[in-house]
Amino acid sequence: MPFNQLLIEGLAMGACYGLFGLAIVIIYKTSEVMNFAAGEMAMFSTFVVFHLLTFYHFPFWAALTAAIVFAALLGVLVQYVFLRPAKNPTLLSLIVITLGVEMLLMGFASWKWGAEQQEFSIPISYMVTYEPVKGFIISQWAVAVFIIAAAVMAFLFFFFKYTQLGTAMRATQQNKHAAKIMGINTDRVFAFSWAFSSVIGLIAAVLLTAKTILDPQFMMEPFLKAFAAAVLGGLMSIPGVLIGGAIMGLLENFFGYAWPVWKPITAFVVIVLVLCIRPSGLFAKHWVKKV
Amino acid sequence: MDMKRAYYEDIELFKSGTILFWTIVLMVALFTLPLISTNYYLYLFNLIMVHAILAVGLNILVGSTGQISLGHAGFFAIGAYATVLLMTRLGVPFFPAIIIAAFIAAFFGFILGLPALRLEGPYLTIATLAFGLAMMHIIGHTEIFGGRSGLRAPALNIGIPQLGWNLTLTTDLSKYYLVLCFTIFMVWGAINILKTKVGRAFVAIRDSDIAAEVIGINLTIYKTLSFAVSAFYAGIAGGLFAFVLGFFDPITFNMFLSIYFLVMIVVGGLGSIMGSITGAAFITYLMYALFKNVKDVPYVGDFLIAISQRWLSITGMDNLSAIALGLVMIGIMIFEPMGIFGVWIRVKKYWKTWPF
Repeated sequence: MPFNQLLIEGLAMGACYGLFGLAIVIIYKTSEVMNFAAGEMAMFSTFVVFHLLTFYHFPFWAALTAAIVFAALLGVLVQYVFLRPAKNPTLLSLIVITLGVEMLLMGFASWKWGAEQQEFSIPISYMVTYEPVKGFIISQWAVAVFIIAAAVMAFLFFFFKYTQLGTAMRATQQNKHAAKIMGINTDRVFAFSWAFSSVIGLIAAVLLTAKTILDPQFMMEPFLKAFAAAVLGGLMSIPGVLIGGAIMGLLENFFGYAWPVWKPITAFVVIVLVLCIRPSGLFAKHWVKKV
Repeated sequence: MDMKRAYYEDIELFKSGTILFWTIVLMVALFTLPLISTNYYLYLFNLIMVHAILAVGLNILVGSTGQISLGHAGFFAIGAYATVLLMTRLGVPFFPAIIIAAFIAAFFGFILGLPALRLEGPYLTIATLAFGLAMMHIIGHTEIFGGRSGLRAPALNIGIPQLGWNLTLTTDLSKYYLVLCFTIFMVWGAINILKTKVGRAFVAIRDSDIAAEVIGINLTIYKTLSFAVSAFYAGIAGGLFAFVLGFFDPITFNMFLSIYFLVMIVVGGLGSIMGSITGAAFITYLMYALFKNVKDVPYVGDFLIAISQRWLSITGMDNLSAIALGLVMIGIMIFEPMGIFGVWIRVKKYWKTWPF
């Protein structure tokens, strides 16, 4: 496979990871929760699309819109039912709660739809290709991924910078108590951030189904990759996670081409090495703890 | 109520006559248990004890030193593979093999502890997670480890075959006693570790690593030591696990196993040895036994089958255990963050001064 192909494919995959990493970063930015359930929430919403398509014969875009509404509600529900009642949670208890949500959703999805693979295809094909510049073949899927990732990122940039809710989210992240005193309903801010995250996760997962199969475990590996990308980007910065995703995608593709057997773990090894040098990721300021 | 008036009271193994009495009762019960139990339950007890050894070790790391690890299935795998390979390839007798395997695991724990010196929170989580995944992958793609098809444990000969002393344990009953002895020994070791200078250093690091450094605890040594000790326990548990299971492949040691281990100590109670054992027993029972025959339970089974047929799928009913585990994890964190041990403390406090 020529260099150009690996580059484009890697960048497209990276944009997908970055997009999904955004779902993790948004929640971490506002509430400092590592959402281990992100993958399974996206998986569950994707299965809703699948269910509407297969059993109710919705048109694709209608099913997707319905699933986006469902994903937003799911995010709010998870935050409201499982995270809000925890009093003074530590980092570990938040991790355990989100892992519990992951188990719950995965168990429920396997119970409902069975553990076997499902027939599912999106209208964006991986097979249709364009060649805008000679030597650069780009698939329809990659174009869609780039456009959607750029759109989501631009939306988030303006959202955090200029809207009232976005400013409230940033304020909540900086200091929850001060934000409360300023009249921000922090609980509502958390609920919104979970809804946003869940919807972005759904979009990334639907894009990823073009590359993989659909079964209750299909988001496990992309989730870990996206998590790693987010950590690489520093968990706080939105451009950081996309760059982290791009690095992940490129590393995976180039190393995967050179040593196919070790493809699934090269990216992780590189990330651990990077973390040894920069303990808070590439794009986050390393906060020195006050005593 | 737990007032200590002298240093000796803090380090003694049995705090009171009551505890000594109940410990003896528990020991007698554990050693006579096989008389009244069927073979399947012996297998389950073996599994519980193996998990208890690992949970006790993990609790030293997570509960006492405050470092999060989502990669303990990796150490578990190292213990299992190293023990079996040392015995089959090099002909090392069982006891040296399992101890060498545990030291190999401890060495890897030391290696993983080095990046952990600089990382904390989510960054440490991803590093340990990556370690667990990498271990599973390396084992799955290397010929000497049996690749994806897995390894079969040899006959469990606890004698020294080179000297002609052979003692082969074949039944679950004999394995039960071997695993029980290991468990008692390892738990006793953990109780003692936490009472020494090393254990106190671990606790100081958990409470505040900067303060610990200020009072002269070498963070580099003690953080890596904590990882190594914890990995040593996981190695011993892995070595026993290989023989309890008899056959294992890389998929056995997947990420979910690491999650189960973490859940065991969180549900049992962080920083408490009895808590980790209880948690290991509870989670192992939940995952391996409780929902196996749920279809045959009167009323409940019929009800679940009816629900599955009406709205869900009948083939997916095995996933009930995952749902139950998720609910237990969330419920414990919301209602009792101290775990089962926290409930025990509350009950004890309530009855201590009961009528008042």
